[in-house]
Amino acid sequence: MKIDKPELLEGYRIMRTIRDFEERVHKEFMTGQIPGFVHLYAGEEASASAICQQLGDQDTVSSTHRGHGHAIAKGCDVKGMMKEIFGRGEGLCGGKGGSMHIADLDVGMLGANGIVGAGSPIACGAALSAKTLKTGGLSVTFIGDGAFNQGTTSESMNLARVYDLPVLFVLEDNGYAESTSSSWSIGGHNPVRRAEGFGIEGTRVDGHDYFAVYRAAEEAIKAIRSGTGPRFIHIEFTRYYGHFEGDASSYKPLDEVKDERRYLDALKFFRARTTGGKMLKTEDLDAIDKEVEALIDASVVEARAAPVPDLSTLTTDVYLSY
Amino acid sequence: MPVKSFREALNEAMRDEMRRDPTVIMLGEDIAGGMGAGGEQDAWGGVLGATKGLMPEFGRERVLDTPITESAFIGAAAGAALTGLRPVAQMMFVDFFGVCGDQIMNQMAKFRYMFGGKAKTPCVVRTLYGAGIGAASQHSQCLYPMITHIPGLKVVIPSSPYEAKGLMTQAIRDDDPVIFFEHNTMFDDKEEVPDEPYTIPFGVARTVREGKDVTIVAFGMMVGHAKTAADQMAKDGIECTVLDPRTTSPLDEDAIIASVKKTGRLIVVDEASPRCGMASDISAIVAEHAFEALKAPIKRVMPPHSPVPFASNLEKAYIPSVDGIKAAISAVMGQS
Ligand SMILES: Cc1ncc(C[n+]2csc(CCOP(=O)(O)OP(=O)(O)O)c2C)c(N)n1
Ligand SMILES: [Mg+2]
Repeated sequence: MKIDKPELLEGYRIMRTIRDFEERVHKEFMTGQIPGFVHLYAGEEASASAICQQLGDQDTVSSTHRGHGHAIAKGCDVKGMMKEIFGRGEGLCGGKGGSMHIADLDVGMLGANGIVGAGSPIACGAALSAKTLKTGGLSVTFIGDGAFNQGTTSESMNLARVYDLPVLFVLEDNGYAESTSSSWSIGGHNPVRRAEGFGIEGTRVDGHDYFAVYRAAEEAIKAIRSGTGPRFIHIEFTRYYGHFEGDASSYKPLDEVKDERRYLDALKFFRARTTGGKMLKTEDLDAIDKEVEALIDASVVEARAAPVPDLSTLTTDVYLSY
Repeated sequence: MPVKSFREALNEAMRDEMRRDPTVIMLGEDIAGGMGAGGEQDAWGGVLGATKGLMPEFGRERVLDTPITESAFIGAAAGAALTGLRPVAQMMFVDFFGVCGDQIMNQMAKFRYMFGGKAKTPCVVRTLYGAGIGAASQHSQCLYPMITHIPGLKVVIPSSPYEAKGLMTQAIRDDDPVIFFEHNTMFDDKEEVPDEPYTIPFGVARTVREGKDVTIVAFGMMVGHAKTAADQMAKDGIECTVLDPRTTSPLDEDAIIASVKKTGRLIVVDEASPRCGMASDISAIVAEHAFEALKAPIKRVMPPHSPVPFASNLEKAYIPSVDGIKAAISAVMGQS
């Protein structure tokens, strides 16, 4: 089926929001106002966008340390996210979590995660809830190429299979885990076959191609909703920035990074394809760009001005009651 | 004597032991860096750079970058230690103990005892700990009390570059499994460190400062805070002894008890979560063995019973401070 115009515009809006958000966090980090570890998702936008826009309120996402894109795509409030990253009391998690722990259960975002490989078991649990409570929901777990080698990931794939859980396992292969190449770390070099080893059908797509990701997710989600259990997608793309802010990416060969923003850019591909094929008008996309720019600007202005958390919150929410 | 950073001191100890003993190997995520990649090799040298330069000198056969599989490679360190190697494995942050706990607490800790004394498990697990870098709840914990709780493991918490080098050398030469804690914020601390290899024995406390009025026991990062607080209080005429036990297992109980018998007052400063922590443990030991010597209730200076928060102001309020220690000193001296 053709992806209709509102859906395309929505996909573009999410991708643009993620890109601008990350570019801006990169800049703000350099001014020294953002504490801790920040891992940027720029370059990987098509994955979160094309997948999460096909999810509903009943569906959940478990994310990674590189979670801003997943959070935005699943519907987290952008201003609340920016405040959280700045460590403000009005942040999405009250300033207690920061970049690595952004979550909003109201929109089905089960959290970015500081522990590599922790997301898949959580997604299995959410899928178990959906199945038991018959909500019709499914859960998506985003897995880095590094996380793909954790025992928790393999154990979760097996668990999802034996329980026929509605889980979509999405391997986000950006080529590196910190400085380690995924072409080395993933033994057997064939993630789809690894999934198939667990009896889970999988496919591999180019993550700079929004349409390819959309199609693969559409097919997988349809199958999962029909009750046939888990699916797997292996998405390949590049991350533009270092592993975290401050990493110079010197382990990447120069010819790999030199022209990546020119040739490996999901937003550029999207524009060329949709406007060239007359699916969308350039003005429509330009208008989205403007709106997103204003939103990100406002989010930073508000985050900077927002108060830090009240000291009394240091010991709240450890328990509901104690 | 040359001045070196905590990072350099650790690096030197590991390098010298690798030169001395060909069975010493290193395992960990990005401890060299660039594995399988087409760009710079040895690009990281570990997350804070402590293993930089080891791979170029000793090769990838002895300095092994690993996939992200803590259970597998830390378990492999245990298995290799059982069979002839002396692995130094790097469990990046101690928070990841949650991922590979079995291999540490049920395997390497227990081989020797369970096998009736027939096994040796000479391995070191290096790990980062501690708050102060804005890394929030899953990258800031001080799980040494939890690990000290497990019989069979030796637990080391160096408090300065000099200490780090001597204790690391001892850890690598030691025939038992050693969990070696390196504070996230201390890697750029500097002091004089000899070029030659030397060892610091486990279970022997260091007297950082001597004073007749109060005994302060502190660990790792908190040793510096305790010394600062004690130096400042000395201006008001209160003289504190600061003891750095260096290792929580074995623990130099005798030194602590002897000091409290002299001063009659005890403060324990511990960055770890308060419940079932080292501060409680040491308080119990002193209450049991030096009760009659106590002139004031024991004071524990600790963070609140909460995860480590992200926001900078909350994190600062979380970490035990010099002011908090000074207040405790005043309190045990009956001045508050
Ligand atoms: C259990 C655990 N081990 C190691 C780390 C340190 N670490 C954080 S991100 C990362 C690399 C993750 O790589 P990948 O899964 O490919 O995700 P990417 O960063 O490429 O998005 C590592 C090793 C961690 N946070 N948790
Ligand atoms: Mg990766």
